[in-house]
Formats: sequence, structure tokens, C-alpha cells
Amino acid sequence: MQGESSHSWGLAHHFDSFDQQREASNLGMWVFLVTEIMFFGGLFTAYVVYRSGQGAAFALGSHELDITLGAINTAVLIGSSLTMALAVWAAQTGRRKAIVGFILATILLGGVFLGIKVVEYSAKFEHHLVPGPNFHWNGPEAPGVEMFFNLYFLMTGLHAAHMVIGMGILLVVAILAWRGAFSPENHNLVEGIGLYWHFVDIVWIFLFPLLYLLGRNIQV
Amino acid sequence: MSETITPVRTYLVVFLALMVLTAITVAVAFFELGPLNDIAAMGIAITKACLVILYFMHVRHSSRLTKVVVVAGFLWLLFLIGFTMSDYLTRGMISMQGTIG
Repeated sequence: MQGESSHSWGLAHHFDSFDQQREASNLGMWVFLVTEIMFFGGLFTAYVVYRSGQGAAFALGSHELDITLGAINTAVLIGSSLTMALAVWAAQTGRRKAIVGFILATILLGGVFLGIKVVEYSAKFEHHLVPGPNFHWNGPEAPGVEMFFNLYFLMTGLHAAHMVIGMGILLVVAILAWRGAFSPENHNLVEGIGLYWHFVDIVWIFLFPLLYLLGRNIQV
Repeated sequence: MSETITPVRTYLVVFLALMVLTAITVAVAFFELGPLNDIAAMGIAITKACLVILYFMHVRHSSRLTKVVVVAGFLWLLFLIGFTMSDYLTRGMISMQGTIG
């Protein structure tokens, strides 16, 4: 009997129980996500600083963004959070094929999001709204509008990079799930990438109103 | 204390709530409400974020230690933005003789 639980399949030797192992895994993931909050937080702070000084320019900039595509992408990303949550549920209840299916659905929705983002980005290139030597703005407040698009590309670009990384990890987790690497006791990897994916969703939940919606009420 | 499993029904209800809130925030953005536009947009975004954190990320059932870490993370973000803006928004409000600026 002695040490039987510590030799359970999937339980690392330095943990007493699966509960302890899961607690450590989730807590560790949240500590990482806190560093991510501060990572994005710098850009959010820059946004608040510049918008507080150049609200009119930021309103002009937000009018250049496609609110329909932005709203569709918000719905797509929230949908991917739902499938991600269901993948974790499938892992908790020991449904091997459902884990794989829900993760693949999450990757697919992530792909749709990035595809729409490519359409939006290419329109900005065509309209000379990408900051740099080719930036061209006929109206007033040109420096402020260029700053808006600096922040737009930095914030959505960093967000998109997180999605690409997340989709890559999701693919690995899907393969592991297919091979039967997870059990109702041990599925910390699924839960961990789930926490990451939901965090990326939360970042977009704030980016969408900040970049697309604020300033829409102002007639330009 | 085994893991609490949230039923699928709860996930679907939260998903629907997030969709409804997204529709509301888009609709509200087109009305002229003065400073209330910003407050409404941020209020709805914070509500949506809380739903995701509590239900999708299971913080509702997490240990107290995890909850403290989550709250601390967002609290420090508020410090970052709050202290930065306390500088930017008050520049020029105080002018003292013998100081620069």
C-alpha cells in the first residue's frame, strides 16, 4: 500500500495527490497570466495616455476601422472560448474524442479570426493607414491619427501573435489528447492552455471597444 | 476536495450572455451619451471579462490562493494606469515658483 497513490499514472512524484497537482498547475498558469496582464498593460496604459490627450484624433482613427468585421471577430473569439471551455469539460469527464473535436473547433475559429484580421490589415495597407513613410492622412490631426494606428497595430498585432502561439500549442495538446494522454484526474495541460486561450479572449474583449467603438458617437 | 465540473448548460448560458453584451456595446456606441459612452463601453467589457474569468476560467471554484493572485494581477494593472494618469492629468495644474516647468 505504501506510496501507492504517489505511483498513480499521471501523478508526478513530488505531488501528494491529483488535487494538489492540479492546484499547483492552475496557480502557476495564473502567475504566468499575471505577467501577461502587465505585458499588455503597458500598451493599454499607452493607449489611455495618448487618448486622454488626443481624443479627437483617436475618434477619427476609430472611424477608419470596420466595425462589422470587428464585431464578427468578437463573436468568433467568444465562440472559440466556448469550444475551449467545452474541451476542458470533455477532459474532466473523460471524453477523449470530444477533447480533440472541441480543440480542433477552437483552432478553426482562431483561424477564422486571424483570416478576418488579414482582410482588415490589408485594407489598412491599401488606404495608407499603416504608420511609417507610407502613412498618408488628408484630414486634420494627422500625427494623432498616426499614433492611433501605431497603437492599433501594436495591440492587435501582439494579440494576434498570442493567438498564433496558442493555436500551435492547441494542436500539440489535440495530438496528445488523441493519443490518450489525459484522464479525468490528470488533464492539466488542457486546463492550462484553456486558461491561456480565455485570457487572449479577454484581451480582445477590451481591444474591441477601445479601438473600434470609442469615438463612434462623435460625428466626423 | 475534488474538481468541480461546470455543466455544459452553464457554459452555453454564459456564452449567450457574452453575445448579448457584445450586441449591446456595439449598439450603445452609436448614441451620443457624452462621457457615458466610455463608461458604458468599459463597464460592459469589464462585465464580460468577469464572466469569462469566473465561469470559463473556473475561478469561481478556484482556491483562495488562486483568487488572490487573479485579483492582485488586475489590481496592479489599475495601479499602473492610475498612477500614470495621476501624473499626465495633473500636469500644469500645479505651478510653483522656483521649479522647472
